[in-house]
Amino acid sequence: MRPLSLALWFGYAFLYVPIALLILYSFNESRLVTVWGGFSTRWYGELLHNEQLLDSAWLSIQIAALSATLAVALGTLAGLALARFGRFRGRTLFGGLISAPLVMPEVIIGLSLLLLFVAMEQWIGWPDGRGMTTITIAHTTFTTAYVAVIVQSRLAGMDGSLEEAAMDLGARPAKVFFVITLPLIAPAIVAGWLLAFTLSLDDVVVASFVSGPGSTTLPMTILSSVRFGVSPQINALATIIVLVVATGIFVASLLLSRRERQRRRDEQMALQGG
Amino acid sequence: MSGVRRLVRSGRALVTGVPYLWLMLFFLVPFLIVLRISFSEAIMAQPPYTPLLDWVQGEEGEGLKLLLTLNLGSYLRLFQDDLYVVAYLSSLRVAAVSTLLCLAVGYPMAYAIARARPERRGALMMLVILPFWTSFLIRVYAWIGILKANGTLANLLASIGLADPSFELLYSDVAVYIGITYSYLPFMILPLYASLEKLDPTLLEAAADLGARPWEAFLRVTLPLSLPGIIAGSLLVFIPAVGEFVIPELLGGPDTLMIGRVLWNEFFSNRDWPVASAVAIALLLFLVVPIMVFQVVQGRQQEAGR
Repeated sequence: MRPLSLALWFGYAFLYVPIALLILYSFNESRLVTVWGGFSTRWYGELLHNEQLLDSAWLSIQIAALSATLAVALGTLAGLALARFGRFRGRTLFGGLISAPLVMPEVIIGLSLLLLFVAMEQWIGWPDGRGMTTITIAHTTFTTAYVAVIVQSRLAGMDGSLEEAAMDLGARPAKVFFVITLPLIAPAIVAGWLLAFTLSLDDVVVASFVSGPGSTTLPMTILSSVRFGVSPQINALATIIVLVVATGIFVASLLLSRRERQRRRDEQMALQGG
Repeated sequence: MSGVRRLVRSGRALVTGVPYLWLMLFFLVPFLIVLRISFSEAIMAQPPYTPLLDWVQGEEGEGLKLLLTLNLGSYLRLFQDDLYVVAYLSSLRVAAVSTLLCLAVGYPMAYAIARARPERRGALMMLVILPFWTSFLIRVYAWIGILKANGTLANLLASIGLADPSFELLYSDVAVYIGITYSYLPFMILPLYASLEKLDPTLLEAAADLGARPWEAFLRVTLPLSLPGIIAGSLLVFIPAVGEFVIPELLGGPDTLMIGRVLWNEFFSNRDWPVASAVAIALLLFLVVPIMVFQVVQGRQQEAGR
């Protein structure tokens, strides 16, 4: 058992030490990122005055929120179809369309979508140029697949008896979905939205292909500044991102586990009452 | 009753149809366009490629003719210019080495987590997934500071007298291996853990009772039963790693040729859309077999889940 737990802790160190160093050096006075020159928060101050960076961050957040919402709508439908509709016509292709984006290299997704947008502009005059709209569509497309897989596995994990009972009691399919299915898969939908949001906020390759002049996202700004080496401002930005993500995950998992406990308690009450 | 049934059916068509159409339009059709443009010729125009189909004026009295021009030049260039062949081969090599490294780091971790007390497993898995939620770009960036000359690793090695502070791993293939292993590790551990957790511990007890040594039981029971996890995890790392752009761009040296980088440069620097498309199609052909295997594994899991 001992070498095993050693491997485990080595793995965790491998995963977390780089992030910890990143945070540590964001409070470094020295411009030479890896040489300690004393504690300072000056890079955070400079970050707040970096207009270009703040603008691109705001654009990225808008795109991420929008595409995550769209992806949740499309991905939930797709997950429902895959988990509940059995073998419908075209299911194989549908399953392929869902799982292919999960592994497709980003350069191919980016290039192919850009060529589509250019061709569409030629044929029907839309989208007019490239920018926020095209990036949002691109992000929605590849994050939908992730949401679909999460929703599908949640649905596969629960039996359909509650839905069937509601149907037997005369509820219409749409009502069954909104009253029974949706609350049951809510945790998967929240997780899917968060994942889609993060993936969109993080994407640099696809966005570089389908963005136009004046629509530079945060990762594009980061990439162009770290191409030439380390920069303490990026360390400060990284620290903020890690902090926001950690808080978000913590709050989300707290809420979800509380909800889950509540649900179990309700079920138990219902069983005892009946 | 038939009214309700029709309602159910049309509702189903809507539920399936909307995401279906979206993915057809924005995922499948784009590939056909890439295929089409890979047979065009680059020209100085907007858009910068020639049309495949063109109406031309025929001979006297013949009227208009539809002319189909397939230009194989972009594909010929892939074979004639060493750059592309070398880049494809080195992409496959980098992806394969990184996948093996992921497996070497990830398997013991997944195994240890699967053998931990059940109430601790969730938290241990959470610790594996958590870094995945922070920015990928920033996690790759973190390694620049560690691997560069006078960076954290060089200073650490220098302080124990193992290397000079100017020791640099950055801008090399090794740095790319580390970067890919680091970024894709959760993708390896997730499916491995899923298959190892399902493993019935009584099987190992039975093997021990029958006289198998621990490593023998591992080789003949655990390893074969976790094979689906190994395959799924390896494909989840290997396929995207072949086309990886950000990691070789930031951590690799100028001679770390990877196909994602070549495609990027063809497109953004040379503005040669047909060659970039041909590179993409060739990359897809390389990946078609692993992607199909992944689809089958994924599909089998979906079936098993139902």
